[in-house]
Amino acid sequence: MKKLAKKISALLLAVVMIVACFAACGKNNSNATLKIGGIGPITGPAAVYGQAVKNAAELAVKEINAAGGINGMQVEFSWQDDEHDAEKAVTAYNTLKDWGMQILMGTVTSAPCTAVVASTKEDNMFQLTPSGSAVESIAADNAFRVCFSDPNQGIASAKYIGTNNLAKKVGVIYNSSDVYSTGIYNKFKAEAENQPFEIVAAEAFTDTTKTNFTTQLNKIKAAGAELLFLPIYYQEAALILTQANSMGFKPIFFGCDGLDGLLAVDNFDKALAEGVILLTPFAADATDEKTVKFVADYKAAYNNEVPNQFAADAYDAIYTIKAAAEKANINSNMSVSDICDAMKTAMTQITVTGLTGTITWTADGEASKDPKTVKIVDGAYKAM
Amino acid sequence: MSFISYLISGISLGSIYAIIALGYTMVYGIAKMLNFAHGDIIMVGGYAVFTIGITCGMNKWIAMLVGVVVCTVLGIVIEKVAYKPLRGASSLAVLITAIGVSYLLQNLALLIFGSNPKSFTSVVSVPMIKLANGELTITGETIVTIIVCIIIMVVLTLFINKTKAGRAMLAVSEDKGAAQLMGVNVNGTIALTFAIGSALAAVAGILLCSAYPQIIPTTGAMPGIKAFTAAVFGGIGSIPGALIGGIILGVIESLGQAYISSQLADAIVFSVLIIVLLVKPTGIFGKKINEKV
Amino acid sequence: MKSLLQKKSTRNNLITYGAVIVFYAVFQTLATTGSLKSLYKGLLVPICAYVILAVSLNLTVGILGELSLGHAGFMCIGAYSSVIFSLATHETIKSDFLRFLLALIIGGVCAAIFGIIIGVPILRLSGDYLAIVTLAFGEIIKNICNVLYIGYDSNGFQVGIKDSSVQLAEDGKMILKGAMGASDIPKDSTFTIGIILVLITLFVVFNFVDSRAGRAVMSIRDNRIAAQSTGINITKYKLLAFTISSFFAGIAGTLYAHNYSILTTKKYDYNTSIAILVFVVLGGMGNIRGSIIAALILTVLPEILRGFSEYRMLIYSVVLIAMMIYNSSPKLQGIKEKYSIKRILDAKKRAKALGENEKEAE
Repeated sequence: MKKLAKKISALLLAVVMIVACFAACGKNNSNATLKIGGIGPITGPAAVYGQAVKNAAELAVKEINAAGGINGMQVEFSWQDDEHDAEKAVTAYNTLKDWGMQILMGTVTSAPCTAVVASTKEDNMFQLTPSGSAVESIAADNAFRVCFSDPNQGIASAKYIGTNNLAKKVGVIYNSSDVYSTGIYNKFKAEAENQPFEIVAAEAFTDTTKTNFTTQLNKIKAAGAELLFLPIYYQEAALILTQANSMGFKPIFFGCDGLDGLLAVDNFDKALAEGVILLTPFAADATDEKTVKFVADYKAAYNNEVPNQFAADAYDAIYTIKAAAEKANINSNMSVSDICDAMKTAMTQITVTGLTGTITWTADGEASKDPKTVKIVDGAYKAM
Repeated sequence: MSFISYLISGISLGSIYAIIALGYTMVYGIAKMLNFAHGDIIMVGGYAVFTIGITCGMNKWIAMLVGVVVCTVLGIVIEKVAYKPLRGASSLAVLITAIGVSYLLQNLALLIFGSNPKSFTSVVSVPMIKLANGELTITGETIVTIIVCIIIMVVLTLFINKTKAGRAMLAVSEDKGAAQLMGVNVNGTIALTFAIGSALAAVAGILLCSAYPQIIPTTGAMPGIKAFTAAVFGGIGSIPGALIGGIILGVIESLGQAYISSQLADAIVFSVLIIVLLVKPTGIFGKKINEKV
Repeated sequence: MKSLLQKKSTRNNLITYGAVIVFYAVFQTLATTGSLKSLYKGLLVPICAYVILAVSLNLTVGILGELSLGHAGFMCIGAYSSVIFSLATHETIKSDFLRFLLALIIGGVCAAIFGIIIGVPILRLSGDYLAIVTLAFGEIIKNICNVLYIGYDSNGFQVGIKDSSVQLAEDGKMILKGAMGASDIPKDSTFTIGIILVLITLFVVFNFVDSRAGRAVMSIRDNRIAAQSTGINITKYKLLAFTISSFFAGIAGTLYAHNYSILTTKKYDYNTSIAILVFVVLGGMGNIRGSIIAALILTVLPEILRGFSEYRMLIYSVVLIAMMIYNSSPKLQGIKEKYSIKRILDAKKRAKALGENEKEAE
């Protein structure tokens, strides 16, 4: 019996020690800072996007702090990895909450964003996603986004092809296991009915069958498509371009913002991408003053890497938070919920002129800005 | 006309599955283990050729040679370090270890080369053939893959049936204990099997990356699993079975995408595996082995 | 009571139940008093789900001795079927508890049905074939769930594999949207329900292992032919173990899916199956308590060591290889015997008991 008592007391001691590890620390927020959190994948297959957002956001925060901060508050920025996974994203959000986050800039990818929105809604925390483009990603009224939504991109693409009369017969290859890709494709298809062109073949692939596209290309070629719409990411697009070329199929290629990054694929033959048209809000070689400065700063800070559209969205997101916070007169003594309520109202009143265009917001969180089209000419993006 | 082009694309894909399946089937037939890491050795071969041939800019023949050597050595090392200590252990233990090796290779590649894809420059310089006024095209890669596949099959068959080392392999696959008693070096033979299997994986990797010119750390995983399906289809342990199984599977995948649904391509391919295992678990060319007590 | 406690396995089982209850009591108290970090609070339900998954996979891998690489597939079936149910009855069944209870049953039963459907034919195979077929099964399930569109309106349910094949009336509502999956899932999962499910799983698995059926299953694992010749119906017992295992995987899937507002197939892939396998292998195959501890540690540790996530999978793979070689290598058995902690402890105990005759005790 003595032994048992000893065991129990040892167990209790262990429990107390463990509990001490897990217990929350008191929140001590020094009064001159605003804590902004960021979430996105910086490891795993989607790391490219998260890394770009993280880099650009940190760049913007540095600039803002150097220029005196937001309403006199210095900005603290903390980034958590979510590996493009809903569970990890929610955990990352909780980690940031423990850190004392007041505003969330994230998450980068759509499905995790949808999961996190449910949590931010519960806590009434202001959330601005730079690139979570699914409809559901900003379902709650505390969530806003900088990028276009997937349906918007689908509709805008169909309208662009129709108005500019690029083709009469259109083929599509999309990823049926991907939220982004099916989201755009479904709306594209719906809008195509109002446009003077016809979708002659719509072929799918999945995450596990993304090496061989010859069957899909053959089918689209046989259907006589003059334009191939690719609402997919650039990794697969690079392969499709190569395979189409090797089978002698040369339609007009048209893609959305996921195609951004195509020219950065290691050892990719840029000649194959000649003439590809992209609907993207940002082109790194644009000549306006803002873009030139951003690209130069980004390159200087990050190993001479050219920023992509995710980086531009993130940069705009941080400046949007700044604009809204100044409009709403946020100070660091306000509670998370109060900040959120004030920001929500301010968001619909501000106009931000950023890298991705002049943006205004509606109360449902959607950004309205003009879509830009970019064409690849001589191995570089040219605004059209 | 379009049917023929789907068929060609299926045969092209299938002949790559066939080369991978040859490696699988050899290792399975002789070492009696499912080398799950086989698919990832393909990826290593691809990256090796990419690094030597494209990053360092060496001659493509040297790059290919280095790729094959790297994979051969890797195969032997894996066998020595991970599988040899487990000889005589349960097949469950060996299989879990093989999965571990597969994961290790993938994650090492992820750390070294990153998750961003790399575009592969095809090593094949055979021009494509155009038929029927250019409506049908057969790419150079397809032609080379099929020829290489047939050559490998013939050489392997001759090697196993005509040489001493090959007959030792047959002996080991029949009965390890008896082979040892007859003076066959069992460990050496199994190491040789892994060496040949991995060299084949390197060849498959080069052809895979040439035909579908992109490489990522998981490049080999899915083709590897599908090639195993092909090996089972053809009858595991059988060399002609691997060839036929691979090509049939490739054609099923291509025609399934074209005529049934491109969304359900995976489901179709894997259903084939399940159906084959249910109807004829020994595959087309497999022979039934009675379990001895 | 004393005679009960004397049986070693019963005592061990009671310790496991006790540990789970203590874990619950401590963390529930912390959570309700608000002194638990949000990070850990958010992890409580997933931990329960992973524990159930690990325990149920251990039944297949450790007790039955067959490798299943499709455990995430069963989890996926549980998650999808229960989420479809929950979303469809969100307005009709007002009681969250009742709805979730039914969802759990539906999730578990659907997974079990699939377990039987694929178990009947494939359990005739063994070893590597079984592993590859379960893997194929997991991929098929994922592929199908990915293209499934389900909606309902006043005319009833509509199911299709294309966006356009589901045409709903004005009052209609989409439940599943292909790759976009389901959203707005009611957050019905709680830590309390999770722990109750863990206890139920443990209860069922422990009793199964201790029962006549359990012993039959283990005899199949140890020597199939010998078991067969003593008249054990191999297929029946294998199927029984496999079905129980898939049932609990479905339950875990339901619990997991109702903890997040969104459901996509991405989570239920091959990697998750492997992660669960790592829990089982690290905890010791056949050792239920080990599985629980491994699932707990491997879920919490990566969160504490954030920033190492790049290396996590690498470490997992090394752990897998090392554990397998260490535990199964025939050559290492001798070394292990000599240096095992248990043996050293036993030796000490005996030494104590025998006083100075330590050498004799060795």
